[in-house]
Amino acid sequence: MTVPILEARNLTKHFPVKRGLLGRGSDVVRAVDDVSFAIEPGRTLGVVGESGCGKTTTAKLVLHLEAPTSGAIRFEGRDLQTFDRGALREYRRSVQAVFQDPYASLNPRMRVGSIIAEPLVTNESLPAGAARKRVAHLLEVVGLPERSADLFPHEFSGGQRQRIAIARALALSPKLVVLDEPVSALDVSIRAQILNLLRDLQSRLGLSYLFIAHDLAAVAHMSHTIAVMYLGKIVEIGNAETVAATPRHPYTQALFSAALPSHPDEKRDEVVVTGEVPSPLAPPAGCRFHPRCPHAMARCSAEEPALLPEAGRLVACHLYTGVRVSVGAAAR
Amino acid sequence: MNGSRAAGLTLAWRFAAFRSEGFPLLPTLILLTLALVAIFANVITPYNPEIGSLGDRFHPPVWQAGGSAEHLLGTDHLGRDVLSRLIFGARVSMVVGFTAVIVAGLLGTGLGIVSGYLGGWVDQLIMRITDTWLALPALTFAIFLAAIVGPSEMNIVIILAAVYWTRYARVIRGEVLSLKERDFVRLAIVAGCSKRTIMRRHILPNVLNSAIVLATLMLGVVIVTEASLSFLGVGVPPPKPAWGLMLADGKKGLMAGYWWLTVLPGCCIVLMVLAANLLGDWLRVKLDPQLRQL
Repeated sequence: MTVPILEARNLTKHFPVKRGLLGRGSDVVRAVDDVSFAIEPGRTLGVVGESGCGKTTTAKLVLHLEAPTSGAIRFEGRDLQTFDRGALREYRRSVQAVFQDPYASLNPRMRVGSIIAEPLVTNESLPAGAARKRVAHLLEVVGLPERSADLFPHEFSGGQRQRIAIARALALSPKLVVLDEPVSALDVSIRAQILNLLRDLQSRLGLSYLFIAHDLAAVAHMSHTIAVMYLGKIVEIGNAETVAATPRHPYTQALFSAALPSHPDEKRDEVVVTGEVPSPLAPPAGCRFHPRCPHAMARCSAEEPALLPEAGRLVACHLYTGVRVSVGAAAR
Repeated sequence: MNGSRAAGLTLAWRFAAFRSEGFPLLPTLILLTLALVAIFANVITPYNPEIGSLGDRFHPPVWQAGGSAEHLLGTDHLGRDVLSRLIFGARVSMVVGFTAVIVAGLLGTGLGIVSGYLGGWVDQLIMRITDTWLALPALTFAIFLAAIVGPSEMNIVIILAAVYWTRYARVIRGEVLSLKERDFVRLAIVAGCSKRTIMRRHILPNVLNSAIVLATLMLGVVIVTEASLSFLGVGVPPPKPAWGLMLADGKKGLMAGYWWLTVLPGCCIVLMVLAANLLGDWLRVKLDPQLRQL
């Protein structure tokens, strides 16, 4: 097994929330709670989950935009928190990002050429001519005409802007690209284009992706490994095909059953989840999913399930630990 | 014939289109005229504004009985030509107004950006100073400062900038707070840009619109304050012709019927401030990124 390009170990991020008139007695939002994963070179880790489950916070931690409350991120085996200026600079060169909203991620006052060249100019002392050449090449890679460099972002459509954002992310030939919902703001007709572009670039340039989305089809299509998050925790993580074909955690099952089948005649078990995601300020005791779980048992509200191997992936669910209770008896 | 009619129509249409966008044509013209008058003051004035002849005291304007074409808008208590003084007064108001607005703008915008972007104790420090500043009544504060540094045109600019920079700092800081959460700023951090580069390249160009709108709106306020200071005798020192000073000089003559000595400079102040405010209002709507969907 190769050294993972990026590894998260027991990663935790709590945000303090001030309560009361004088700001005393603060609560914490447990945005990311004890999350571990690894990304291999040239592979994609897909992270799925509902809004507010900690996906984006995970991305910010990986991008070193937020410092973790505890736990560590290791980049090529070295802890990110111990990086000095030089190492951090190197990290910035190696890890780039594409964000969800293509309208917010490009500075409206800069020309596309300068936007794409910014990481280059910041990190390498390039003569203007060479930078221009690289920009033209990058534009070609993402399928935009060369003259785009002289235009402003508002002259492009959402899909084109996302291509610009991708070109910028690729400017430094990074090892890892964090894709935080790169297609959710785009029209369905353009999503496939962008996703295929990303896959194509991965095979050509050997990039690793941390792909964050709430669209299961996109994640299954893009990823080698899938991690399913619920309220700041990973509930199931494993090989993408295995998890997508036979989801084990009731939440994963519900997610995949809610997604549209690839064929209208396909028969599937309907798993319906009721209720809302509880507030991350006061997550339920025991398994965080138990108030909404169709298979909830007495044990689920008392004891938090650990992430354990089950059928070729890791699952955090009491259905698969210890004494097996028949599913019929467990269902209410 | 046909062609010229068509041309006339397009011109009229253009004018209408101008209007339909709400472009404040009249205020712009007023400000432009005042600016031109101020720039060419020494060319167009018929008399030296600071020297009069005591034999020509209290001449009324030309249209009133006893008025003459020699002094179109009459003369004051020292026999100085009112029109010439008004024209040079425009220069004083323009120079002081624009310089003060720009100096205050540079100071306030700079501190607002630093305060908003860096946050922490820097933000606390700058904002608490701003709070203190804003709690003081602007005019009283300006008088206090003027009493310390003494009257001169240069000092007026410094005083006005010192009093009004906080307005910019407050607004710009708020804007920066929302800007720095935008994805393009985050991506600049990810790209490895330093804080200074981000403030200069990503924050400053995006708050410039607000700063310009604020400056236009502040122009009116600053001109009124300058006139007030001059009126109170702590502004532009006599015999320099400032509109506020002319009001102060003329007010004793008001009961005696020498109305032109107060009404005319008063009108000038009102016109200029109104024009600046209308233009600023229009700019505010025009440049508002929310309204323009930038």
